[in-house]
Amino acid sequence: MSSVAVFSKASPFDALQRWLPKLVLAPSMFIVLVGFYGYILWTFVLSFTNSTFLPSYKFVGLAQYARLFDNDRWWVASKNLAVFGGMFIGISLVVGVLLAVFLDQRIRREGFIRTIYLYPMALSMIVTGTAWKWLLNPGMGLDKLLRDWGWEGFRLDWLIDPDRVVYCLVIAAVWQASGFIMAMFLAGLRGVDQSIIRAAQIDGASMPKIYWKVVLPSLRPVFFSAVMILAHIAIKSFDLVAAMTAGGPGYSSDLPAMFMYSFTFSRGQMGMGSASAILMLGAILAILVPYLYSELRTKRND
Amino acid sequence: MATLELRNVNKTYGAGLPDTLKNIELSIKEGEFLILVGPSGCGKSTLMNCIAGLETITGGAIMIGDQDVSGMSPKDRDIAMVFQSYALYPTMSVRENIEFGLKIRKMNQSDIDAEVARVAKLLQIEHLLNRKPGQLSGGQQQRVAMGRALARRPKIYLFDEPLSNLDAKLRVEMRTEMKLMHQRLKTTTVYVTHDQIEAMTLGDKVAVMKDGIIQQFGTPKQIYNDPANLFVASFIGSPPMNFIPLRLQRKDGRLVALLDSGQARCELPMSMSDAGLEDREVILGLRPEQIVLASGETAGMPTIRAEVQVTEPTGPDTLVFVTLNESKVCSRLAPDVAPAVGETLTLQFDPAKVLLFDAKSGERLGALGKSQPVENMGNVTRLNRN
Amino acid sequence: MTSLAAKPSISLSRIAIYAVLIGAVLIYLIPLVVMLLTSFKSPEDIGTGNLLSWPTEVTTIGWVKAWATVKGYFVNSIMITVPAVLISTAIGALNGYVLSMWRFKGSQMFFGLLLFGCFLPFQTVLLPASFTLGKMGLASTTTGLVLVHVVYGLAFTTLFFRNYYVSIPDALVKAARLDGAGFFTIFRQIILPMSTPIIMVCLIWQFTQIWNDFLFGVVFSSGDSQPITVALNNLVNTSTGAKEYNVDMAAAMIAGLPTLLVYVVAGKYFVRGLTAGAVKG
Repeated sequence: MSSVAVFSKASPFDALQRWLPKLVLAPSMFIVLVGFYGYILWTFVLSFTNSTFLPSYKFVGLAQYARLFDNDRWWVASKNLAVFGGMFIGISLVVGVLLAVFLDQRIRREGFIRTIYLYPMALSMIVTGTAWKWLLNPGMGLDKLLRDWGWEGFRLDWLIDPDRVVYCLVIAAVWQASGFIMAMFLAGLRGVDQSIIRAAQIDGASMPKIYWKVVLPSLRPVFFSAVMILAHIAIKSFDLVAAMTAGGPGYSSDLPAMFMYSFTFSRGQMGMGSASAILMLGAILAILVPYLYSELRTKRND
Repeated sequence: MATLELRNVNKTYGAGLPDTLKNIELSIKEGEFLILVGPSGCGKSTLMNCIAGLETITGGAIMIGDQDVSGMSPKDRDIAMVFQSYALYPTMSVRENIEFGLKIRKMNQSDIDAEVARVAKLLQIEHLLNRKPGQLSGGQQQRVAMGRALARRPKIYLFDEPLSNLDAKLRVEMRTEMKLMHQRLKTTTVYVTHDQIEAMTLGDKVAVMKDGIIQQFGTPKQIYNDPANLFVASFIGSPPMNFIPLRLQRKDGRLVALLDSGQARCELPMSMSDAGLEDREVILGLRPEQIVLASGETAGMPTIRAEVQVTEPTGPDTLVFVTLNESKVCSRLAPDVAPAVGETLTLQFDPAKVLLFDAKSGERLGALGKSQPVENMGNVTRLNRN
Repeated sequence: MTSLAAKPSISLSRIAIYAVLIGAVLIYLIPLVVMLLTSFKSPEDIGTGNLLSWPTEVTTIGWVKAWATVKGYFVNSIMITVPAVLISTAIGALNGYVLSMWRFKGSQMFFGLLLFGCFLPFQTVLLPASFTLGKMGLASTTTGLVLVHVVYGLAFTTLFFRNYYVSIPDALVKAARLDGAGFFTIFRQIILPMSTPIIMVCLIWQFTQIWNDFLFGVVFSSGDSQPITVALNNLVNTSTGAKEYNVDMAAAMIAGLPTLLVYVVAGKYFVRGLTAGAVKG
């Protein structure tokens, strides 16, 4: 083999050309390694220290995690996340799928209707939260509207009810995200091979049955992607809580993202805040890893 | 124009991985048309990319003219390439596509205009110059891609399966056109294809590749008549060569292959030197056109009676299938021969045309080039038929 | 599109379908309508009427007051969003170009690492990022926010371009290299002119993400450098003074209008960005 000579003849220009792709990518690689993974590691380290208002590097082992698990507010936030996440994902999926299937029935003005369903997704969660906070205002919002319209006994005061305030978050979040889920499923429906449906029709299946047994099962990948995205939104939900309830009444509508923010930046509990951030990352990984695993596996099987 | 020589070229994508190209030795003269042919994954496209400089070789040398270009970047090799997908720049007009390489080489505008005009005339694409590639048909895109290559007047042209995206009729037309153009311009050309008809019709030289190794390098005629091994014999030719596994025997001091059609038997005497061939498992290869109807003219040749199982009239020929030694054997007969299924035909072979291959290694047995041309076979090699 | 419905005849089931769809349209629209109505009412009107009652007298006082309050923050948001969107899109385009057409050993691995950034809960990087911004002297500046948005927007912008460019045949780059073009020439003259759709998708995606951001805004800015979302939140959740819902709603509309406008004008790209980012990310 006489491969040694191959590179020696390259001119400086050629050498530069050879290095350009790496040079161009280098800043981003640096950013990703430091700004993503380095910082995660840094936060990870902080979660084992007794940092309060300022970072300190006195290690206290798992003490911050222990404090976190002893903290009632953290448990409320976690429980709220389970309730909020579960309802938000479930209702968004049902509404999204239903609207997508209905919209796929050769509907007049479909484009217009789709635009209406999707516009909340363009808004900031802060705007959404502000709007729904007003709509759900006890005494002035929907509460009053329905009474004015003749439903005398109507009461809607969930926003100040510690047991129900989390449902307010669910309503606003579903309003914002379900149109997006609709768009995902509609795109999926449009990609379904029409001949499968025709074959099922020839077999004598009714339309609802065809959807339930043939079409929707073929949208499994869309379903998984949708769950993935919704779960991701739920875990990261911070702005919606901030705008609608600020975690209140008390801390009854706290979510982990809100908890992390207030302990880290308002209450000077950096160590515990970091520990909660690491647990949030763990939660994301817990859904992300199986998802990616199944994605990669199906791709390999193709 | 220049010569092209590949000296012991090797390519591997990393230690431990199988070699993509192994000890490639090739050379063609100025103006010659070289075909690289083989099944997909044989390394022919990799070899072409190596010649172009789009991939680096891990050993050996690539010579264009007297110059070793192995370490040069693609732009310095003075090569033009036509891609299977044509790779026309979609946002540029046809004219801009042709001009692109010339502008980068800082040719002055009047020369560029002249060159574009020349190429456009040559390929009859003058009326398309202001269109975008998306507005052209497949055949037109193919012409533009060729025009882009021609405009640069490079030392060597590379064609990577340029006709495979065209429909069957257009492909045959373009094939003829490319041959005409090559006869006129005498450009040194390397042409990759998996189509053995393109290989036979276009090439001055053909390199048949498999698993990164050149199986045989020679003229189309050599490749067809004197295949180096079972793979080359089976890859080139349509309908493919018949292969009959059997054991050679000695009868009356001569080496013979015993053929059995179920109705009759026949002893086919071997013409090659018989050293070590006796009682050996071999594969006997016989092209369909070398199995003909027995006639008085070539009396003395071995014949056998066999029952017709299927006939396939293709128009220019009738393909007749019979069974010999439990192998399906195809014979290519004149179109006016139309035997019924179940009918018995008397077929005749020319022992001088028979090829032998080792049953295990697939290597050709008996020296190459020993087969003698036989006159009056009635049915000469007709390659371009289908 | 061929639909699955057998015959579009007027049947009971079709009436039901339309009823559901139109009902849903109303539900999706109500918050917007309520916001608009409330923003044009006087405070007294808000007290006596209800959400959907027509203003007894249409007044823009809410809008005027809201604009006076949030004007500066609106400008901040523009100063943060415009450079951050442009820079992150440009870097994303170059990254995508390298990752799809100039792969090298390790580039795929880098892409994998970057992809994870699409899922990264930003809470895990907030503290180190704020330390770093402090060290760089960029704490509580719009420049600092631009930097943060560029860094944490890279994952998505790169993903968009990379996925778009992998569908462009390799042969195009090969042909250009044989024509003598180098890395940047190929990018500028061949790849970039083909990228208009994905540039639109990326610009719009980044615009909505950065404009709507609250987390980075609230953590990395204070006082005069705050973006509109933070200002809106402060306005709405202030506990001092009487609640002026008409001002709140007008301010919310002001904060939402730019992205709504983009959505109405370029909805096609917006949806494509959502689904592209969603399906892969």
